[in-house]
Amino acid sequence: MLVKVAINGEKHEADVEPRLLLVHFIRETLRLTGTHIGCDTTHCGACTVLLDGRPIKSCTMFAVQAHGREISTVEGLEQDGKLHPLQEGFMAEHGLQCGYCTPGMLMTSVAFLKKNPKPTEDEIRSAISGNLCRCTGYVNIVKAIQHAAATMQGGA
Amino acid sequence: MAPRTSPEVGGMGHSVKRKEDPRFIRGKGTYVDDVVLPGMLYLDIVRSPFAHAKIKKIDPASATAIPGVLAVITGKDLEKYNLHWMPTLMSDTQMVLPVEKVMYQAQEVAAVLATSRYAAADGVAAVEVEYEPLPVVVDPKKALEPGAPVLRTDKKDKKDNHIWHWEWGDKAKTDRAFAEADVTVKEDIYIPRIHVASIETCGCVAHFDKVNDKLTVWMTTQAPHAIRTVFALVAGHVGLAEHKIRIISPDIGGGFGGKVPVYPGYVIAVAASVLTGKPVKWIEDRMENLQADSFARDYHITAELAARKDGTLTALRIKTLADHGYTDAAANPSKFPAGLFHVCTGSYDLKAAHVEVDGAYTNKPPGGIAYRCSFRVTEAVHTIERMVDIMAHQLGTDPAEFRMKNFVKPEQFPYKSALGWEYDSGNYAGALQKAMERIGYAELRREQAEKRKRGQLMGIGISSFTEIVGAGPSKHFDILGLKMFDSCEIRIHPTGKAIARFGTKSQGQGHETTYAQILAEELGIPAKDIQVEEGDTDTAPYGLGTYASRSTPVAGAAAAIASRKVLDKARKIAAYLLEAAPEDLVYEPGKFSVKGAPNRVKTIQEIAFAAYTNHPQGMEAGLEAVSYYDPPNLTYPFGSYICVVDIDTGTGDVKVRRFVAIDDCGNIINPMIVEGQVHGGLTMGLAPALLEEISYDEYGNVQGGSFIDYLLPTAVETPKWETGNTVTPSPHHPLGAKGVGESATVGAPAAIANAVVDALWHLGVRHVDIPITPPKIWKLLRAKGITD
Repeated sequence: MLVKVAINGEKHEADVEPRLLLVHFIRETLRLTGTHIGCDTTHCGACTVLLDGRPIKSCTMFAVQAHGREISTVEGLEQDGKLHPLQEGFMAEHGLQCGYCTPGMLMTSVAFLKKNPKPTEDEIRSAISGNLCRCTGYVNIVKAIQHAAATMQGGA
Repeated sequence: MAPRTSPEVGGMGHSVKRKEDPRFIRGKGTYVDDVVLPGMLYLDIVRSPFAHAKIKKIDPASATAIPGVLAVITGKDLEKYNLHWMPTLMSDTQMVLPVEKVMYQAQEVAAVLATSRYAAADGVAAVEVEYEPLPVVVDPKKALEPGAPVLRTDKKDKKDNHIWHWEWGDKAKTDRAFAEADVTVKEDIYIPRIHVASIETCGCVAHFDKVNDKLTVWMTTQAPHAIRTVFALVAGHVGLAEHKIRIISPDIGGGFGGKVPVYPGYVIAVAASVLTGKPVKWIEDRMENLQADSFARDYHITAELAARKDGTLTALRIKTLADHGYTDAAANPSKFPAGLFHVCTGSYDLKAAHVEVDGAYTNKPPGGIAYRCSFRVTEAVHTIERMVDIMAHQLGTDPAEFRMKNFVKPEQFPYKSALGWEYDSGNYAGALQKAMERIGYAELRREQAEKRKRGQLMGIGISSFTEIVGAGPSKHFDILGLKMFDSCEIRIHPTGKAIARFGTKSQGQGHETTYAQILAEELGIPAKDIQVEEGDTDTAPYGLGTYASRSTPVAGAAAAIASRKVLDKARKIAAYLLEAAPEDLVYEPGKFSVKGAPNRVKTIQEIAFAAYTNHPQGMEAGLEAVSYYDPPNLTYPFGSYICVVDIDTGTGDVKVRRFVAIDDCGNIINPMIVEGQVHGGLTMGLAPALLEEISYDEYGNVQGGSFIDYLLPTAVETPKWETGNTVTPSPHHPLGAKGVGESATVGAPAAIANAVVDALWHLGVRHVDIPITPPKIWKLLRAKGITD
């Protein structure tokens, strides 16, 4: 089946098996390997990407379901050589260790801060509760998101 | 202590931002599943639905009929090459693929090789296997009863399911101390089977180049060099020679001990690549990871503690049954089948102790690896910290005061424990005092008393743990005969920049940053000018890898020693350049100056340039060194944690209100990274304390085999950790450092369990096994008439 999508603003099309998972389409067909796979049950969130701006877990969606839609992945966050405030925040606050959950965390947070630019700590914790991290204990991820929220509020 | 180097140099004590991060936050890391080679095939595995069954027939016909499926590999295929069994790290044997029977649910039965991931999965679903179920042994106690079905029928003389008996300590002295004790307490403590569940599962890409006879394996491994040697030893007879094996451990998405063993999937992928001459990728899914990869813990412990009536602890006696599954595939140093469990006297000055451990076979997956802890140290810490708390409560003494009274005192170091360890340094009372002040201990006790009057359940739990890490001295420590040294090789380039390679492998700990800081501290070359590499056996010096918090204690020490070797030569070059005698030079990080003439200076960069352009006659050119560091002793990080819990009397839910962690890991390399390690470790301490367990029903069906029922803490359950440090340097480590990656995982569960029991003690509750789930507490409260 033909799939046409825009990923990070770039148009792609491919002829794929109907059962091809979106995450495999992104990782293997398009070779954007920043999106990771950590479970088979939509629990860990390592595969989170944005579909028309909404975070979804790409391991439980078929590529063909994304036909005609816009997808954003971690590779699209940096614009014109400038990192997204969340990327800056994660580095500044030591919000990552092994880096495996990080792309999913970032994508969830991008959508979350758009919806809720001045979140409380509890709101942040709830927002990222569909993304598992085994390394950081979340404290610094929360700080990283607060860091980014402050930067974005400051108009940077 | 203020850092010795400037922030620009970025030596020890600076919170240098991580060198790893720019690639990870862009999604540009390279993990094993990101490796794609031309013509690569995919391997997927058929797994057993039964915990114990004879394999009567494997019919591959329907699978091989699927387009893209190339072959179905069975144990009989591997048997032709004598590769159907492999040794475990504990010198037991493990099936790669079975020939006769399967021994646990989810065991590998056959492998499907295909041209795509999807075709391989189709093939797995199509392979028809006929089983004849056999009696299942799940309970290790029943496994050791006379008449239990003998599981290891492959071992000719094996007549029972007992693996080994191991004991340590002075039994007679301990028994005497118990006979003379005024007070004794005894408790059965079960520390359940859990799984590290790193977010990246295990996998590999094996590529055998038939032209050059060279095998390259990109592999999720914490110990690439040891793996290379194991491959050469196990598969030498099929033509794999060690100089023709290259193991590459790329970016690793969390390890925690789960990526130390060799799993059958790796071996089958390598065999498939050698046979086909094509690259073969094997990536396990989450359920395979949880159900078949090495588990941690599963210790059934009976512990007794003795004291005088004045509250002085005198002796500890422990008997433990270790459930190893169908083979002992633990990852312990060879001499220690129960790991370092005999550090179980903990932070207390006990005069006598005796420990016995028996290993048993059951129809469960193998393992006995660490879960982010040095070998069996969490089991030891949990036991002693629970027992000390029970004794304190029994005597009606405050648990903090009781610990203070019984701690090994600062002036007793180096301290020889009753079980023979020599603790390097410590100030246990200092860490506990700091934790008590930080959390407001006295005030919390007052609040607890008031709440108790109102029927509210609040508990305060302490854990004052001592770890034992940095394995280890070659006299006692080896894995499969390989001594547990580690290594660093430094090369300084003519322009004063450097590359350093290590025998360890970071899995998120930030070695690229912290090792560069150690070298910056020693050499005065800015950390940003030092490239750190690990994980490629063709380039890095040999080392035993990263686990058991050994990177800083062993490879970190190697970095210091290699630096000092470089400086020895640098001093000679500087003396030549400055026309002075080497002994007349004064060194401070980054420069040599002439004693009494501080303006006559040569920087390390100038010396490096001279090493290639103007070195003294008779001296070899270049500026480099290597160190294979054999630690004289282990290191003993410690800390005191205090946890406050509130228990919902209606639901049994335990809420961690506050958690203060004071850690002492000796001198600190990067405070930001140390804090991050503690945060992560605490969360992996909370996890088994409240959430995680893998158990089995009577048929050997796994419970907790996916993220649906194996519950990792999310940001919602995880409290806002409050951390701090005391600093008691290790006297024998060149940098005074001790290691910190696992302290919190080791220390935290006991603090939480102690807090829960503290909340319930007045109701007659003495102990609750972890994980302390709401149903467990709700049932307890119901039995006590607290809730209905």
